[in-house]
Amino acid sequence: MNRIIMRLLAVTLLIGGVLLGWFIATSNDTKPFQLGLDLSGGTHLEYKALISEIPEADRKDSMEALRDVIERRINLFGVSEPSVQTETARLGQDEKQYRLVVELPGVTDVQQAIDMIGQTPLLEFKEQNPELSLEEFQAALSFETARLIEDQLSEELVATLDNADEAFVATELTGAHLKRSRLEFQQAGGGNALNTGAPIIALEFNKEGAELFEQITERNVGNIVAIYLDGAPISTPVVQQKITGGEAVITGSFTVEESKQLVGRLNSGALPVPVELLSTESIGASLGADAVNAGMIAGLYGLIFVGAFLLLYYRLPGLIAVLALGMYGAIMLTLFKVIPVTLTAAGIAGFIISVGIAVDANILIFERMKEELKHGRGAYDALRVGFDRAWLSIRDGNISSIISAVILFWFGTSLIKGFALTFGIGVLVSMITAITLTRIMLLAIAPVRVTKIVRALFMSGFNK
Amino acid sequence: MFIIKNKWIFITFAAILSVAAVVVISVKGLNLGIEFTGGSVVEVSYEETPQLAEINAALAGFDFNALVQPFGDDGYIIRTRELTEADRGVLMAALELNEQTPQLERFNTIGPTIGSELRSKALLSIILVAFAIIIFIAFAFRKVAEPVSSWKYGLIAVVALFHDVIIPLGIFALLGKEATTLLVVGLLSIIGLSVNDTIVVFDRTRENLNENHSDNNKEPFAQTVGRAIRQTMARSINTSLTLIAVLAALLVFGPDATKDLAFILLLGTFFGTYSSIFLASPLLVAWNKKKDTE
Repeated sequence: MNRIIMRLLAVTLLIGGVLLGWFIATSNDTKPFQLGLDLSGGTHLEYKALISEIPEADRKDSMEALRDVIERRINLFGVSEPSVQTETARLGQDEKQYRLVVELPGVTDVQQAIDMIGQTPLLEFKEQNPELSLEEFQAALSFETARLIEDQLSEELVATLDNADEAFVATELTGAHLKRSRLEFQQAGGGNALNTGAPIIALEFNKEGAELFEQITERNVGNIVAIYLDGAPISTPVVQQKITGGEAVITGSFTVEESKQLVGRLNSGALPVPVELLSTESIGASLGADAVNAGMIAGLYGLIFVGAFLLLYYRLPGLIAVLALGMYGAIMLTLFKVIPVTLTAAGIAGFIISVGIAVDANILIFERMKEELKHGRGAYDALRVGFDRAWLSIRDGNISSIISAVILFWFGTSLIKGFALTFGIGVLVSMITAITLTRIMLLAIAPVRVTKIVRALFMSGFNK
Repeated sequence: MFIIKNKWIFITFAAILSVAAVVVISVKGLNLGIEFTGGSVVEVSYEETPQLAEINAALAGFDFNALVQPFGDDGYIIRTRELTEADRGVLMAALELNEQTPQLERFNTIGPTIGSELRSKALLSIILVAFAIIIFIAFAFRKVAEPVSSWKYGLIAVVALFHDVIIPLGIFALLGKEATTLLVVGLLSIIGLSVNDTIVVFDRTRENLNENHSDNNKEPFAQTVGRAIRQTMARSINTSLTLIAVLAALLVFGPDATKDLAFILLLGTFFGTYSSIFLASPLLVAWNKKKDTE
């Protein structure tokens, strides 16, 4: 009875394995393996966010805003499945570095990739440094500039705002709060009459931005609120009154062409914090493809050898091991597709090592089984007892491996994480398949009596 | 048993190799790749590959600190100081030889902070793994605290782990091969395998001890351990053989990019097998002996 159930289960499992294999083979269009940049080709950029001006509590939000802006920006260029992530790195005791990691599959031209992101404008609103008195503030700017501020700055004067960084401090309002911008022309009577007809850029804030702008203008009536673009003050108007409704204008001596460009850039997203490029990495697609092919061939040869070895040395149980390992492979590859796990070179190394551990589990079981057969147990008993004994080593060995994987995943860099993930999943699945697949199939074929044929089928490699 | 009887020979051998590895690493140093030090690496390929000397001559006039190595059949890897985008343009222009524009296969620039982060994170996680393993094994072997207390099993597993990692690393340093992120991956893999391997042999000792206890069998500890080594020998060798076969295939047929990885894993598998048979269990016996004579 028991044996019939085992046989039914074994057949079901085999069919399941074949189905998984079929899924893997046929789903390459609908659900392809997700290859990491090192295998698929692409560009990996890491930026440092210069976030020191932003209060500690708001940094996380700013980073999220930064991520959203960059993501929107990249999507405009039609890169398929880009990944934009924020990361914090601890440097030393208290220093934390906020990073933005951008991965662009398929983009192998670093210059193009950097431009894509680099052209994102950085928009900031700054107010007068409250720690400076009016005299100090005016002294911080050059006299000439200060006088001309009310008159709207012209382009060449922007350059003389050398000390502006001292005079102005950041507010919470940034490019992240920008809803959209549009090109307008100065109306007659507004501002300097001479500038009538000059292009201006109207900014429209989102709800949060509108509130912030209202607060900022309210507390700064009579003061300057500087609008910074890409780290330089482009417009430094004096606030006449509180502004509600969430609209601001940038005036400056732009040409119509420049204004159009700027509006375009602003509408595709403006950065809330400045970023600085830390590292770039680009991998040619052909390099990745060659590596994958050669790796597959090597893996195939390796597996053929392992299969042949298991068959020749362990015979019938060896055949079961080959089947169990085949199913193990199918389960792993299916998991890689379904979860999905992004496969990198390091991740594949983790998988290969976990295959090694899966092979080891089978070898452990068979060696114990043979020992029990040698001690004169019946075949079915020998399988059961051998299995139970081997299980303890498999369990403890694998738990230690899983602990390593978890720690590496927790503390590692992305490379180490890639390894730890496939290795950890691999060991966990190998443990589960060892106690289910190998066991069920072995029990399904276990003969009741140990005859000569049974010995030949089960005991080879054992000469005493 | 032969191995237990001659344990000091095997332990000394492992110790000498480990010390030699430490000496080589500290004297000669690892040839750290840009992943650790910061810098740029450019990989180019040509239709008709120019000579190495031509490439070197083409780059001689610049301050890139370029180090050129042939890679694969038709390409070169050029390692330089950290290059800006402008520098890269200059470099690529300089590499246009014999009216051929090289194909840029890879361009990596890594800032120094990222390099030091990888180094410190890799080190930190390895140390944490070592501690976690000691604690786990001490827990898993808590029922066999006699005659060797269970945390010693854990500590010895980590000693074996150190041996398995440091010797391949020493050989890597001796050969002057470049330490890249794949080396870190290789070392992580060795960690994963090494402990697994050691535990299997220890587990057999644990089982034998339990059996002796319930059978009231007064077998000397050295014999119990020796028996465990003998009982697990076939498994240790078979498992290593299969791994070595796969890795050898990767070394011979695999992509150039993973040859060094396959090499270090082969070394790791070899020394890992050595340590689980000839180092870890003999150390158990040796440690116990010492306690007896005190």
